[in-house]
Amino acid sequence: MGSIAGALLDLKRLDQLAAGDSAVHRLDARAKVLATLVFIVSVISFGRYELSGLIPFFIFPAVLIAIGQLPAGYLAAKIILVCPFAVAVGIFNPFFDRGVLVHLGPLGISGGWISCVSIVVRTVLTVGAALILAAVTGFPAICRALERLGMPNVFVMQLLFLYRYLFVLTEEGGRASRARELRSFGRRGLNLSSYASLLGHLLLRTWQRAERIHMSMLARGYDGVMPVGHTSRFGVAEMLFLLIWSSLCILLRLNNGAQFIGTLVTGILS
Amino acid sequence: MHMADALLTPAVGGTMWVASAGAIACSSAVLRRERDDRKAPLMGVLGAFLFAAQMINFTIPGTGSSGHLSGGLLLAILLGPSAAFLTIASVLVVQAFFFADGGLLALGCNIFNLGIIPAFVVFPLVYRTVIGRDPSRARLGVGTMAAALATLQLGSLAVVLETASSGISSLPLADFLMLIQPIHLAIGLVEGGVTIAVLSFVRKARPELLQSGGGVDPSAGRSLVPVLLGFLVCAVVIAGGLSLYASGKPDGLEWAVAKVSGKAVLPAPEQGVHGALSWLQQKTAWFADYRFKGGKTEIGAPAKLDTGVTGIVGAVLTLLSILCAAFLLRKGSRGAVAPEA
Repeated sequence: MGSIAGALLDLKRLDQLAAGDSAVHRLDARAKVLATLVFIVSVISFGRYELSGLIPFFIFPAVLIAIGQLPAGYLAAKIILVCPFAVAVGIFNPFFDRGVLVHLGPLGISGGWISCVSIVVRTVLTVGAALILAAVTGFPAICRALERLGMPNVFVMQLLFLYRYLFVLTEEGGRASRARELRSFGRRGLNLSSYASLLGHLLLRTWQRAERIHMSMLARGYDGVMPVGHTSRFGVAEMLFLLIWSSLCILLRLNNGAQFIGTLVTGILS
Repeated sequence: MHMADALLTPAVGGTMWVASAGAIACSSAVLRRERDDRKAPLMGVLGAFLFAAQMINFTIPGTGSSGHLSGGLLLAILLGPSAAFLTIASVLVVQAFFFADGGLLALGCNIFNLGIIPAFVVFPLVYRTVIGRDPSRARLGVGTMAAALATLQLGSLAVVLETASSGISSLPLADFLMLIQPIHLAIGLVEGGVTIAVLSFVRKARPELLQSGGGVDPSAGRSLVPVLLGFLVCAVVIAGGLSLYASGKPDGLEWAVAKVSGKAVLPAPEQGVHGALSWLQQKTAWFADYRFKGGKTEIGAPAKLDTGVTGIVGAVLTLLSILCAAFLLRKGSRGAVAPEA
């Protein structure tokens, strides 16, 4: 089945990006997590009709992509794939909110269109920030960072276990699903009864796998905590990274940078 | 049914984050007290199972479309509420990072809608109540189906309420409800059917799993219910109150600025601090006078035109300069580091 294998490859590619070695990759994960949070909150806190103020925020993903040597096209494709829900809700704004807000010569643009575009721009910014964080940090490092920022140990373990076995079980499920499809002609045989027994078998195998994992953990001396390979520390570089980005975000939140540049340029031209 | 960042205000997103983080802390404490370290790998692997299950489809008879399991209720029945909740929450965290479903701020909402509701609201209140002490097959079926319907209806209702109290989307509440609830009735029927089918398979193959799982922490589950209902009430009250406050104040400020400046020079989109600052900017900017004259004589449109044009010009220029800077940065650092594929 193409889609499961494809989704898995996609996931692995994002995972492999985190193995890169650049200035942002080397930073302590806590600095990146906190900076991303400040960024997202600043973007989200704009009013619904504000659009030009959001544009300068593209500097954060752009700089991280550039320094982290991330493939911009691949990330853009991923972001576009996940937009539909926000677009589906935003697209109704133009129909319900018809008051004209901005005049461009003879053309009047209604508030609905502005807020609709604003929703899409926010989605691109926030989703992009999350993906970039995952791509320059890696999921296990994000979990460790969250643990050191106060997340309960039980939940951290859960996230690490899930991440470890995600690839294993998705591959197993993909194989089972492909086998079922090869044995069913056209759409026949893909009904609920075969689906339920497939999932049931997968569930039982998963359960047995968990029992085996537990036994091998005990055999290796598991005592309730997962061992950590190496720890990084929150140094001067991390402090600078966090300070610069959060002050820039707050500055851009309070001052509309795009409007300012636009005022300067149209002022000079006219 | 994932909530998206773009539809949320920080007040609503933050409130839901607090509620979800509280539930994660409570559940973690419950599991730590249990000290059953078989559960750690089991929960992790079942979370991964949920991922795999969500990728496999089956055809729905008569419609030609296909459906899949979302699995929150199945996990609650197999593992009990606390462990199931943590498992669902972990799946949502991974989805937020790697599939970008929703987003980081919306994660609080998603954990609430898809985790707290099935595990702590529907499972104890609907499922346990319907199946009773000594469940028969029919009762189990009815209970599972009712719980699935309730999970999906409450979940989509929560999405509507979170979107409406944020006020970013201008879809009227009633229309949004009419749009989303019937769809989720159908999704709930599918979810209920699949859950019943998988559970009956497990009951035939390994009945002991269901007994051990369902009966692990009934007391813990029950004691958490009032706490979480409290959270729910707090969340709704605070979200409603905060968003009213948040949306009321900028309007007031804008109104005040308009009053101070004498006329409505300010275009409607400028709000709050930004409105005040741009008013200040207009008063102090060097080009303010030229701007208005130019706008009036050349095109003959009202002065409002300017904010539209300057906004677009500024936005395009900013975007271009950011792209240029990023391109140069990448060129510069490419020498030092080998490019990633």
